[in-house]
Amino acid sequence: MLRDITLGQYYPADSVIHKLDPRLKLIGTMVFLVSLFLSHDWIGYLAATVFLAGVIRASRVPFRYMLKGLKAIILILLITVVFNLFVVPGDVIWEFWVLRVTRQGLSQAGFMAVRLIYLIIGSSVMTLTTTPNDLTDGLERVLGPLRMVKVPVHEIAMIMSIALRFIPILLEETDKIMKAQTARGADFESGNLIQKAKSMVPLLVPLFISAFRRANDLALAMEARCYRGGAGRTKMKPLLYEKRDYAGYAVLAVYLAAMIAIRIMR
Amino acid sequence: MSIKLEHLNYIYSQGTAYEKQALRDVCLELRDGEFVGLIGHTGSGKSTLIQHLNGLVRATSGALYVDGKNIYDSSYNMKGLRAKVGLVFQYPEYQLFEVNVLKDVCFGPKNQGLTDEEAEERAKKALAQVGIDENCYEQSPFDLSGGQKRRAAIAGVLAMEPEVLVLDEPTAGLDPRGRLEILGLISRLHRERRITVVLVSHSMEDVAEYVERIIVMNKGSVMLDGTPKEVFAHDKELEQVGLAVPQVTYLMRGLSELGIPVRRDVTTVEEAREEIRRLLKRRETCGQAAEGQ
Repeated sequence: MLRDITLGQYYPADSVIHKLDPRLKLIGTMVFLVSLFLSHDWIGYLAATVFLAGVIRASRVPFRYMLKGLKAIILILLITVVFNLFVVPGDVIWEFWVLRVTRQGLSQAGFMAVRLIYLIIGSSVMTLTTTPNDLTDGLERVLGPLRMVKVPVHEIAMIMSIALRFIPILLEETDKIMKAQTARGADFESGNLIQKAKSMVPLLVPLFISAFRRANDLALAMEARCYRGGAGRTKMKPLLYEKRDYAGYAVLAVYLAAMIAIRIMR
Repeated sequence: MSIKLEHLNYIYSQGTAYEKQALRDVCLELRDGEFVGLIGHTGSGKSTLIQHLNGLVRATSGALYVDGKNIYDSSYNMKGLRAKVGLVFQYPEYQLFEVNVLKDVCFGPKNQGLTDEEAEERAKKALAQVGIDENCYEQSPFDLSGGQKRRAAIAGVLAMEPEVLVLDEPTAGLDPRGRLEILGLISRLHRERRITVVLVSHSMEDVAEYVERIIVMNKGSVMLDGTPKEVFAHDKELEQVGLAVPQVTYLMRGLSELGIPVRRDVTTVEEAREEIRRLLKRRETCGQAAEGQ
């Protein structure tokens, strides 16, 4: 049940996408996300779908892994769709009491849903094909220029990598505590909302304690190894672009150009 | 209460890149009142196996009978099973959560549907059994020492008055004294409460001293099953899978190889002491007989 959250969970496989430079994947994901907001009609979404499907295929990660990430946003998705459906003004096609569905609302709701779903799947592709270490390395380099305006890029990257690193650990821990409390007769599933919230206490208290303990241990371990932030730190494996990365940038450029072209032409 | 496992298989994350067969065709029977040691290397499937015993993990295939009833039948009462089979996880102190020790131990009995008074009574009994002092009852469980925390957590399971008590590495991370305390406590519980105990460990020393039967797991299947003496006779096989017989067994075997006539199947320090004492006594009487002549 808890393992359904895939964000930040690496799926090992031997594919082109896995081997790409994390900087390319980060920039690629950003470009893809922006492109989703560029398009306003079905041709744009078709292009985005083709691009996304191509990348997913090349990544060799089973498709249902990416769908798992969607479960977490189902509520947001529903709210967005419902709001767009009933609130957008335009040509009325269906009316009941105070509810009014318009043609524009319908298409807006559809587009918003597709946008949100693609947002999650797009970023899932990145996290599923990139190890957390690579991801933060990439992030640190991509955001590097911001250092000039005193943004603590290294620290942000480190915080991110620690957070990503700990997601699976905390999930595992949650699973363990849940099992331990279930063995003591705890029931996490039945009951009304208040009972359910109450039943979370035996889970959350140990979980928080363990998270703090881990944070404390980690801080100590880092200090023991003389960690003092990013200043003067070098990398054992600095990121270097290879041929396939340039090819990747080319594909990305073509995609972005196509999306802009569609936007301008329509 | 008897538990019977028939051709149990369990596969982790089936159909993903992380797929792994954790249990392979496990057939076992745990009889009423037994004290069983479950031994195996890290990743041998012992923790997975015990989570099957109270239905926390559902086998991919196979059947598990508790008192003759298959727990995978849809009508089976899982909650009742969890009260009957008490499972103490590794590092059980990490599951403590209440504001004080007594309340934490009451958690299990209350989930069983007992009233506050009944639960409290059981909790007090369990706490007394694990040797936690009454003046600790109102303390926060997080203020206890490591060994005390663990005992309080074990009390949390004991308070449910299970018929089978399963403990996953109950001595992990404890100092030698804490280890002895916990093992002594478990063996006392087995004697006094007449309950079935399954003790999971990767240390032969721990179990050899206390259990009546040892089950050795390797790569998800049962490798050996028998009394400590029977199991430790397979020292070469055990070494091959990264386990060892107790040090005292090695010692006695070494002595025997030096030509000293001691038994080779000794498994506990107590037994070794008796054996050596017997040997010395015999020497003494032989010596006196020689002098007399």
